[in-house]
Amino acid sequence: MSSTPITLRPRAEGLAAPLPPLLAEASQLARGVAFGEHGRKRPGVGDAFWQYRAAQPGDPARSIDWRRSARSDTHFVAEKEWQAAQSVVFWVDRSQSMQFASDKNLPTKADRAALLSLAACVLLVGAGERVGMTDMGVRPMRGELQLGRIADHLTANTAQDYGVPDTDILPRYSRAVFISDFLSDPAPVQAALATAADRGVRGVLLQVLDPAEEAFPYDGRTVFHSVGGTLEYETRKAGELRDRYLARLARRKEQLSAMAELTGWRFHTHHTGDSAASALLWLHTALEGRR
Amino acid sequence: MFTLGPIGFLTPWLLVALVSLPVLWIILRAIPPAPIRRAFPGVALLLGLEDEDSEADRTPWWLLLLRMLAVAAMILGFAGPILNPDPVEEGAGPLLVYVDDSFAAAPDWRARIDVAKRQVDAAGAAGRPVALLSAGEVPAEGGLPLRAAADAGARLEGLLPKPLAADHTATIAWLDGVEGGFDTLWLSDGLDTATRADLARAFDARGSLTVMQPPAPRIGLRPGRIEGGNLSLVATRSSAEGPQEIEVTGQGPDPAGIERELARATLSFEPGATEAEVEVSLPPELRNRITRFEIEGVRSAGAVSLADDSLRRRKVALIGGDSEEALELLSPLHYLREALVPTADVMEGSIRDLVQASPDVIILADVAALAPNDRSAIETWVAEGGLLLRFAGPRLAAADTGRGEEDALLPVRLRVGGRDVGGAMSWGEPQGLAPFSESSPFYGLAVPEDVVVTSQVLAEPGPLLAERTIAELADGTPLVTRKQSGDGQVVLFHVSANAEWSSLPLSGLFVQMLERLAVSTRTGTPDAGELAGSIWVPEILLDGFGALADAGERPGVPGERVAEGVGPGLPPGLYAAEDRRVAVNVVTEDTVMTPAVWPAAVVPEWQGERQERDLSGWLLLAALALLAIDVIASLFLTGRLTGGKSRAVARTAGTAALLLIALAFAAPHQARAQDAATPETQDRAIGEDLEKLILAASEVTLAYVITGDAQVDRVSEAGLLGLSEQLYSRTSVEPVAPTGVDIETDELSIYPLLYWPVTADQPAPSDEAYGKLNAYLRGGGMIIFDTKDGDVAGFGSSSTPESQRLRALARPLDIPPLEPIPEDHVLTRTFYLLLDFPGRYAGQSVWVEAAPPDAERAEGMPFRNLNDGVTPILIGGNDWAGAWAITDTGAPMFPVGRGFAGERQRELAYRFGVNLVMHVLTGNYKSDQVHVPALLERLGN
Repeated sequence: MSSTPITLRPRAEGLAAPLPPLLAEASQLARGVAFGEHGRKRPGVGDAFWQYRAAQPGDPARSIDWRRSARSDTHFVAEKEWQAAQSVVFWVDRSQSMQFASDKNLPTKADRAALLSLAACVLLVGAGERVGMTDMGVRPMRGELQLGRIADHLTANTAQDYGVPDTDILPRYSRAVFISDFLSDPAPVQAALATAADRGVRGVLLQVLDPAEEAFPYDGRTVFHSVGGTLEYETRKAGELRDRYLARLARRKEQLSAMAELTGWRFHTHHTGDSAASALLWLHTALEGRR
Repeated sequence: MFTLGPIGFLTPWLLVALVSLPVLWIILRAIPPAPIRRAFPGVALLLGLEDEDSEADRTPWWLLLLRMLAVAAMILGFAGPILNPDPVEEGAGPLLVYVDDSFAAAPDWRARIDVAKRQVDAAGAAGRPVALLSAGEVPAEGGLPLRAAADAGARLEGLLPKPLAADHTATIAWLDGVEGGFDTLWLSDGLDTATRADLARAFDARGSLTVMQPPAPRIGLRPGRIEGGNLSLVATRSSAEGPQEIEVTGQGPDPAGIERELARATLSFEPGATEAEVEVSLPPELRNRITRFEIEGVRSAGAVSLADDSLRRRKVALIGGDSEEALELLSPLHYLREALVPTADVMEGSIRDLVQASPDVIILADVAALAPNDRSAIETWVAEGGLLLRFAGPRLAAADTGRGEEDALLPVRLRVGGRDVGGAMSWGEPQGLAPFSESSPFYGLAVPEDVVVTSQVLAEPGPLLAERTIAELADGTPLVTRKQSGDGQVVLFHVSANAEWSSLPLSGLFVQMLERLAVSTRTGTPDAGELAGSIWVPEILLDGFGALADAGERPGVPGERVAEGVGPGLPPGLYAAEDRRVAVNVVTEDTVMTPAVWPAAVVPEWQGERQERDLSGWLLLAALALLAIDVIASLFLTGRLTGGKSRAVARTAGTAALLLIALAFAAPHQARAQDAATPETQDRAIGEDLEKLILAASEVTLAYVITGDAQVDRVSEAGLLGLSEQLYSRTSVEPVAPTGVDIETDELSIYPLLYWPVTADQPAPSDEAYGKLNAYLRGGGMIIFDTKDGDVAGFGSSSTPESQRLRALARPLDIPPLEPIPEDHVLTRTFYLLLDFPGRYAGQSVWVEAAPPDAERAEGMPFRNLNDGVTPILIGGNDWAGAWAITDTGAPMFPVGRGFAGERQRELAYRFGVNLVMHVLTGNYKSDQVHVPALLERLGN
């Protein structure tokens, strides 16, 4: 499962296909409009009626206004006035630790994270939202071009061992999605969440873990090292560490969950051994705001 | 060689490496198993955790011990450990290895050669030159035949024992011409001979003498004798120590000519006795067949005693003229009886009975005319190899038998009357016998002076007379004449068998002459006189191990030489002169086996029993096994065996298990091939066979003979399947799937019929298989031979290879006379009314068992009353299976004919098949008269 932009896009599209286009929570929409982009006097995605026009080949059936169409012989599409959309920014950890897969049949965590985030982007773009990456240097945008850029960006790995959340581009009142394994020091995450809360940004923390990280199936004399090689830890009996490691992992999850709770975010752990679709579904519901 | 208790080491300096073991222990102990390096992002969470176990990280002691043991086993293994190494003679200078290659050395020859080989090898290792000398092959002159030890060792392997006793005369003579001193190793056969002590002294004078001889006593078997009708066997041995039992078997051809054991006896040596005797009572037929006696388990010429004429008792039929109440001493048979009863089985009775008892010799004493059937019986018997011995007498002289022309049962034509010499009414003196000529079988027998002939019948002179005369009177008239007739011969004594015409029957010469003619047989060893003048040609010769070999073409040996007994020019064996056989055995009646006595300084030794064993293989194997265990244990310790990836674990464990199994099979010398059929597999095979049998027996199963040609077998199976389906749909016969039958192995009796396609290159069944097939045919089975060549040849012409093969295949079968299937055969109406029996080919005649010749059409019946039962055989070439054959989908496998006509032919083929199976299952049911009216009605119009 190599993550080149060429393969990542189709896979993400495929993953996103069964889900309805993602509509960010409506309540946040008004705030997003507050940037002054409301009512552009042209058809587009919005709530307000703009005009009827004759249906053309290619219009989805659901966009036809049946009430209007029933009054004449032709079909009409009720166009809405285009309204400014919600911005959703992603931060996807592309550090070395995400390049880990315990089994050659499992995808790396980075691969899964990229897939999930791009699938969510596809859904969001389909629903007319703007998407962007916090560390891409470009403001959230919509459209195919943006998806391509994001796909490119997702497949470029960083050299650092553990990723730190980036809040460079985090527009006010936008939505944020942080995807990482969150195994390193939680302090930067906390800081990022604080920044986000300051800007009125709510979002989602998605922790992607390998099954081996959840089970710790090791035994014997072992030298564990991080994927990037910056950290090393030697033990004589790895098996005896298991319980303590698992306790620490559980504590980490609790920490993250608590941080998320505090700032109105949502937290979820996904394992690369599970299907990506379930994680996407969760992401979908979380971004839609249904509770 | 460095020895440690019973273990010696070939390269002992390697043992020094054992010192390094403790060092290795310390080093290994300090080096714990290498850690595994794992990439693991969760390491960030692990930081700061402490191992609970604070013990210093070291290799566990048991793993260390395992490794130490492995290393120690390796060091010991490479040091070349040998259990019970043989001590080797020390010495310098040339070594003479002197081998007694007599028959007495044969039983443990291999051990002797091995012992000598070890000594030669040791001498070679010490750089000593070795001379190899065997008692039977001493060079005429020259010094020690010194060689390199390796060369001598190679020659040693080529030595074989000779079927003679050891004789050291030549060696002593040779030794005189040898200069210089040398050590001697004497591999003695353990028997004393006249020259042994001299040779021992001579060897001792040259250098140190070592004698090696196996402690086991030598055993010899003396020739069997007949005493009081019983067979007496005597064995002799060289030492008279403890009790000993030996088994002696008598070998000979059985009536079928196959060599087998005919008699067996156990001889027990009492403690302190050197001889053991047993008497065996054997029927004469059995005893006459015995060709040799052997001591079981002893491979030596001395343990084999060939049997010759002295053990045979010829069956002699005596037929005299009507005695007419004559005085007993005048009876023509009296002297013959007297001469023959001690040495032969004499029978008397009617000619017919006697000829049927197949005697070796028939003696007709003064019998002139024979009944025609008796005459032809005797003629046949003579032609088959019998010896007809006739004596003249008044009746023969008076009769006109053999007068005008030669009588088949007389060697010469006879003149009317005969003659009297030296009588009151005649001229001349009674005639004595002339010395026997060289061509006569009697040559060499002394002619007593007092044997005179007063009357005789005279032979008509003729061109063959001189050639046929084997004894004559002093005046040259033939006394005994002989001619070959077929494989046998006819001999005529021109005098009477009683003392009336001559004094010959009263003399000892008469008995000797009978013996020379192989009418009677001597007892005991022949002396020189008996053998004198005859030439004996070896037929079978014994080698030193007592194995028999055909003598091939060898020159004859004079009888005098034969009488001297076995020697350099006379190897033991069976010698023949005309019909007589003399066995020359190594061990004779007066052979005594005396153990060798050595000078006090020489103590015979023997280490043949001790076997050194190379232990290095075992030790290295143990090291390998320990290392394999170490691999698994190390994997376990480092966590590579448990947890982690299960597949890798399985692979590792699998490899280790494979390694262990491979080690188990590589055990140095006991890795014997397992018998292909272990009991379990046999049981399983039997179980499967049983299931198949039960299935076949519980339902009607059509069977075909597996020909080995896959295509033919496939067609046979498909054909019978097609026929089975037709039977199922048309009749109440509901066969199960057909089965292929291997007539060599499978049970046949459960199949109602066998379809046997004949291919040109089919192998013929074995004799057992033919037996089974014949039993099957007799038990009501039916075989359908299908040559499948109806398209190219009419059946019966042997023009195709298939029909030729069929003839060859069916020849051993018990098949009744056959005829082309007659119109009224029950096969034409067992289910369908049929006239023709087509398969893929039509119009060829089909052959079945012929109707009995007396079968007649009964009054008012359309059919003859034919034979009961089922024809056991049906032969044709119409390729029925081809017509019946269907594919898996039920479609016909092969086309038949063309269009609808072809389909009609296929239908007829099926009908024939149905009729066939019905015929097999119901027999002649449709021949029953009960059904005649109904059949008539259907046939009538």
